[in-house]
Amino acid sequence: MSQVATESKPAAEKSWLPSGLQLMKGNHAVCAGAIRAGCTAYFGYPITPQNEAIEYMSDALLDVPNGVFIQGESEIASINMVMGAAATGRLAMTSSSSPGISLKQEGISYIAMMELPCLIMNVCRCGPGLGNIAPHQGDYFQTVKGGGHGDYRLISLAPNSVTEMAQHAALGFELAVKYRNPACILTDGVIGQMMEPVDLDAIPVVNHQKPAWAMGVNTTGRERNVITSIFLDPEEMGEFHEQLIAKYELIKQNEIRFEEYELEDADILCVAYGSVSRVVSGAVRDLRAKGVKVGLLRPITVWPFPYQAIKKHAEGKQAVISFEMSWGQMVEDVALATRHNPAPLHFVPKHGGMTFTPLEIEQAIEAVRANPRNSETLWEPS
Amino acid sequence: MSDTTTDLRQEVTPPKDGFEVVYQRPDSLNDVQFTYCPGCQHGQVHHALAEVIDDLGIKNRCIGMAPVGCSVFAYEFFDFDFISCSHGRAPATATGVKRSEPDSIVISYQGDGDLASIGTAEIVHAANRGELITVVFINNAIYGMTGGQMAPTSLPGMQTSTSPRGRDTTIAGHPMHVCEMLQNLKGVAYLARTTAHNTKGLLKTKAALKTALKYQMEGRGFTMVEVLCGCSINTRRTPRASAEWIGEEMTKAFDLGVFKDAGKE
Repeated sequence: MSQVATESKPAAEKSWLPSGLQLMKGNHAVCAGAIRAGCTAYFGYPITPQNEAIEYMSDALLDVPNGVFIQGESEIASINMVMGAAATGRLAMTSSSSPGISLKQEGISYIAMMELPCLIMNVCRCGPGLGNIAPHQGDYFQTVKGGGHGDYRLISLAPNSVTEMAQHAALGFELAVKYRNPACILTDGVIGQMMEPVDLDAIPVVNHQKPAWAMGVNTTGRERNVITSIFLDPEEMGEFHEQLIAKYELIKQNEIRFEEYELEDADILCVAYGSVSRVVSGAVRDLRAKGVKVGLLRPITVWPFPYQAIKKHAEGKQAVISFEMSWGQMVEDVALATRHNPAPLHFVPKHGGMTFTPLEIEQAIEAVRANPRNSETLWEPS
Repeated sequence: MSDTTTDLRQEVTPPKDGFEVVYQRPDSLNDVQFTYCPGCQHGQVHHALAEVIDDLGIKNRCIGMAPVGCSVFAYEFFDFDFISCSHGRAPATATGVKRSEPDSIVISYQGDGDLASIGTAEIVHAANRGELITVVFINNAIYGMTGGQMAPTSLPGMQTSTSPRGRDTTIAGHPMHVCEMLQNLKGVAYLARTTAHNTKGLLKTKAALKTALKYQMEGRGFTMVEVLCGCSINTRRTPRASAEWIGEEMTKAFDLGVFKDAGKE
């Protein structure tokens, strides 16, 4: 399925190729990684806190051979431009933040149904509504459960460092092409705005080739390529659904990614993704230094979700704690994963766009350790 | 003419007994029946567009945008690459396609609800950017596919299923005049409004489509042909009465003519 071939030309010959060891913002790194991975088209609309991405692309893509950049008239137009570019076989990308991602959902649903590979980045801010521009994880449901209308899934990656922003751009495109499915980077203003060193040379350079299904000037007399999302006949639609379901099952089998940290002898299992996992890992390190046996499982793919890994690591634990900057979204998946485990499940939220401090995490863990059924954080479906 | 056309001629009507083919399905149309209603002009406009594409010899470069509405299945009828777009967003999708494939000829085929209501932002900005695309805008003053609701181009006083007492302009505003709206945008190279209700109108439509596509090929800018059409089913007229209504009533509300022609400036 994949049309990807590794570029043989030395990178140094391409002055436009982002390269070297750079101190970068996450929003810049994702674009640099995307261009190395073969992205030649970006369409977007300004919204905080992801403006560095559209700004970077508005300059960088002008130097990329055949590069296309358009600041669309809206997020809606931008995702539909992505649809058009992706339908011609380009590796196309858009980025936005929560309200803008909501606007894109119809287009994303169409793109998923059309099986067009593309990359969408959501630098999540705190909602609902206009909310604020502070980091948040309230778009988890929207990202991993579909988001737009109808049954579909986005390959959803949750980086927790600036380096991973660049890596996940490349991984997102790789998986999108491999499975002909849109991929999403779910991140927040912490990762998007902070600066860290990134070794861009470690990001693979891909020379993406136009796939056979793509639209374009027909120079070979091939069969015409029609890209559509409409199947009026329910039986025909049903067959297509079966194909999509089979694809999603394949993605679940092959592409679940997660990181285990200090889990081997842990009594307490923490689960956190994205920027929160950075704070939790710091807290785990501090607690370990005090002799507390606690570990962290970090979902890297939030869809497909590492249910089985969490289930396995929850075995024999005193408790499982899900940390999230939301009212409780990923915790529902953690609950699904641990539904047969006797370990009680706790949920520790952070509201309003505020970020966790390591001390808060440590105190929550200590409280659960003192009382594994601590009612202040014990999570039950309600 | 391509080889396929020549083959078809021989296959369908062998040139014998003094007969020769003088009229046939354009090469750019597939050999399938249109699914449009009696009295609808989509078929004629499809045919005119296909003939122009054949005349210009650009079928292999064409990529079509199918809208949401009655012509949602346009991709079934035209014999080149096509994508079915979301409601109103065809000019945005067309932008993505054209910028990605600059050698292609991009045709966005849209109705009045699609273009002049839900998709006003996309059409205005595609025009303003001077996107090298050709929009075929079917204005039949009604929502056909959904069963006859008021369109942005419905005439004042016009009865529809959502203006059962007639379009009251104090409640629902006035018919949207898209050519007039777009004509001052610098990215626009060609704008024309024609009709498809009779042969004369169709010939003018064909000529306008040809100019629009030529200008796209020449890279002059955004091009659009608005075609006044009828919807006999939802306006509850016979096909003949519907055609007469276009000629007599719609043309009073919508001036015909060329609103912008970069080739003549």
